[in-house]
Amino acid sequence: MNVPTGLFYTKEHEWVNIEGKKVTMGIDDYAQSSLGDITFIELPKVGDVCEQFKQFATVESVKAASDVYAPLSGKIIKVNEEVQNSPEIVNQSPYENGWFVVIELSDEKEKDNLMDSTAYQKYLEENKE
Amino acid sequence: MELKQTILVEEHKTLGAKLAPFGGWFMPIQYSGIIAEHKWTRNSCSVFDICHMGEFIVRGELQASCLDKLVTSDLAGMSCGSCRYGFMLDQAGGIIDDVIVYKIKEDEWMLVVNAATIDRDFTHIKNHISSQVNIENVSDTLGKLDLQGPDSCEVLKKIIGDDIAKLKYYKFGYFPMMGEQILISRTGYTGERGYELYISNEKIVDLWKLLLEDDRVKPAGLGARDTLRLEMCYPLYGQDIDKQSSPFEAGLDKFVDLSKEFIGKEEVLKKKEDSIGKKLSCFMTQARRAPRHNYKIYNKDKEIGVVTSGSFSPSLSCGIGMGYIELGYNKAGTEIVLKEGNIEIEAKVVEKPFYKEGTARR
Repeated sequence: MNVPTGLFYTKEHEWVNIEGKKVTMGIDDYAQSSLGDITFIELPKVGDVCEQFKQFATVESVKAASDVYAPLSGKIIKVNEEVQNSPEIVNQSPYENGWFVVIELSDEKEKDNLMDSTAYQKYLEENKE
Repeated sequence: MELKQTILVEEHKTLGAKLAPFGGWFMPIQYSGIIAEHKWTRNSCSVFDICHMGEFIVRGELQASCLDKLVTSDLAGMSCGSCRYGFMLDQAGGIIDDVIVYKIKEDEWMLVVNAATIDRDFTHIKNHISSQVNIENVSDTLGKLDLQGPDSCEVLKKIIGDDIAKLKYYKFGYFPMMGEQILISRTGYTGERGYELYISNEKIVDLWKLLLEDDRVKPAGLGARDTLRLEMCYPLYGQDIDKQSSPFEAGLDKFVDLSKEFIGKEEVLKKKEDSIGKKLSCFMTQARRAPRHNYKIYNKDKEIGVVTSGSFSPSLSCGIGMGYIELGYNKAGTEIVLKEGNIEIEAKVVEKPFYKEGTARR
């Protein structure tokens, strides 16, 4: 499983890249691999607000629909339209071209509720079936 | 309940399959990906491990054995070497399984049943079949591989010779393969030209490997099997049809022969006359979002039905589904909305099947 360093992760398999107030979020390699072929993605609109660990997007694979939870709270300032038109990009490139949204972070302290790559790697190993 | 494994489980793991529980079995859901496997089956040829399904052998004549009463379709009209689809009903007229009946000889038949219902079906048959008749559950010793796709005939020709090309749709024969005469039928669950191969469990691994030696053949899992059958509007037992539904509301009248006697006939006819008021219908979404099992179906503000099967269609790149819809709202072209929580999907009722290019009968 690809778990890049420098990013932060949730137990529900979302990732964030924090650059000051600007935060990019998506679902990680583990999530895309367990979902299989992604066929549809519903994202919020620019200007919407997301709240940490609350649903902010929906992802559908051939087999099922799943909720995606926001790793951090903030205001949506950019939405990846490309993944809405071609959802398979998330399977091919979950951390690069397959990002979901960019938000303006509202509370930096929320970062303490996330795992860094080392902690997340350990979490994945502990929770292997 | 402990999950059963097919004899091929190590092969699946080697091929990188994702395995998951299905009908009490630990089965391969996908290898390279559902969409890729689906498209490969439509364009070339795939092999599916279907060892989980059940097979019973009935040794006795049709009427004397009472087998005729156990299945709704016209079995008396079958010739040796042919297969027929039908239903087994309980006394209340509910569908307890859908089956394919193989007529091997005048006094020898094979019934192929769903994995999750093997024990229940076998008990039901034992309870109703003549005590003089020998019935054997060979599910644990007989394996089954499905080879499906437009190239399947050419692939088998290379292994067993030209005779396979003469086999017509829903017919079967015995062909030499790996030192054995094995039963091959021209049947399947994908809508493509294809074959189901029955062979003893000891030879399944070798047969699997032999078929995969051909570059035109790739393995496909139950995920692709489900999207392929849904594009053809083939019902899945336990999901689209069950004890609560009748063949009539499922639109499968042609597999019920009302000129003969069968278990549950009176009750199922009553259901038909009581005008159940709904019909299994097919619908397509306007976008990529897919209907899912149990989503509610609306026409404007009126609830008119429920989704039984739904998925993204790899061939059509939109959502497709089947569900029971109130009569009057199930005509092709009717606009409907599928709802679940805050999800709302616009869809349209269409004629079946969704996928019209299938090569099954070619």
